[in-house]
Amino acid sequence: MARVLINLPARAKRGEIIEIKTLIAHPMETGYRLGPTGAAIPRDIINRFLCTYNGEEVFRAALFPAIAANPFITFFTVATESGEIVFSWTDDHGETQTEVRQITVE
Amino acid sequence: MRVLVLAVVAATGAAAAAEIAPGDRRSGYDFAGPESRAMQDDDTANPGMLGVLQGETLWATKAGASGRSCADCHGDARSMKGVAVRYPAFEPALAQPLDLEGRINWCRREHQGAPPFAGESEDLVALTAFVAYQSRGLPIAVQENAELQPFLDLGKELFHRRQGQLNLSCSQCHDDNWGKRLAGAVIPQADPTGYPVYRLEWQSLGSLQRRLRNCMIGVRAEPYEYGAPEAVALELYLMERAYGMPLETPAVRP
Repeated sequence: MARVLINLPARAKRGEIIEIKTLIAHPMETGYRLGPTGAAIPRDIINRFLCTYNGEEVFRAALFPAIAANPFITFFTVATESGEIVFSWTDDHGETQTEVRQITVE
Repeated sequence: MRVLVLAVVAATGAAAAAEIAPGDRRSGYDFAGPESRAMQDDDTANPGMLGVLQGETLWATKAGASGRSCADCHGDARSMKGVAVRYPAFEPALAQPLDLEGRINWCRREHQGAPPFAGESEDLVALTAFVAYQSRGLPIAVQENAELQPFLDLGKELFHRRQGQLNLSCSQCHDDNWGKRLAGAVIPQADPTGYPVYRLEWQSLGSLQRRLRNCMIGVRAEPYEYGAPEAVALELYLMERAYGMPLETPAVRP
């Protein structure tokens, strides 16, 4: 499991615009670099990021090899109701890491 | 008139060659761009914190023949507050100073009975960052004593020694020309205030020794091996030179 840092307010007013910041540890190997023996280092990047808010997709990103290691993605959404915000990152191996955070809307 | 101009140039040249006055000391943070500073200031945007998190796991991981973790002896990591600002420190058993990475590996070998981490390995840098993070905000305070003095003198000598194909000393850039530009980059004062540092160029955390190697390759000199006595002596001099500056670990630098 990669290490993840997620920053979002635990509480928000209904209708408030909230900022969500996510940071995940990942080498984001481009596939264009050569290793010590001259052989290409195979590409290994996170290619998809998805955020759902109570099951509804609120943010999605496609990532490409030009994105630096440990991708930091920040975006905004509207606090509509209390519930779960789910973050998932999918890499080139098809593996998905999922993190869940709770938000209380009053 | 020409003589006068030359005299003025010579005078300013001589003045600039002196060490930086304490009032003029500025961390690399002040030379970094606003984006880099914003990254460092926000712990959830600072990628160095990923290393600190990894170090926190390692702190509690049992290792070696002793079957003990760092936490089993040292307890809560808050006991490490104020430690990083004192390093490199003298180790009597080795009759030489150890930097924080060296101390962690020494502890692993002597007290945990575990193989030391490889130089600059991800685990070593992460654990160092976690330990140093406990001292964030505290002033750098390397000790001055008779045992350390010869190593401090060596470090100072190395800092002022011209080396490499470009025949430059550290001092020529970082004492005489700080604040000016080397190509697109501002030359900082070489104060090791935030190590291990997340360097955007590296896209990872790295130690002060890694940074020193970068500079040495830059002047086309043969870089020191990780853990070499010269490297530790240079680290010691740089920390002494930055005496009183607050530690920022994990800092973000371009």
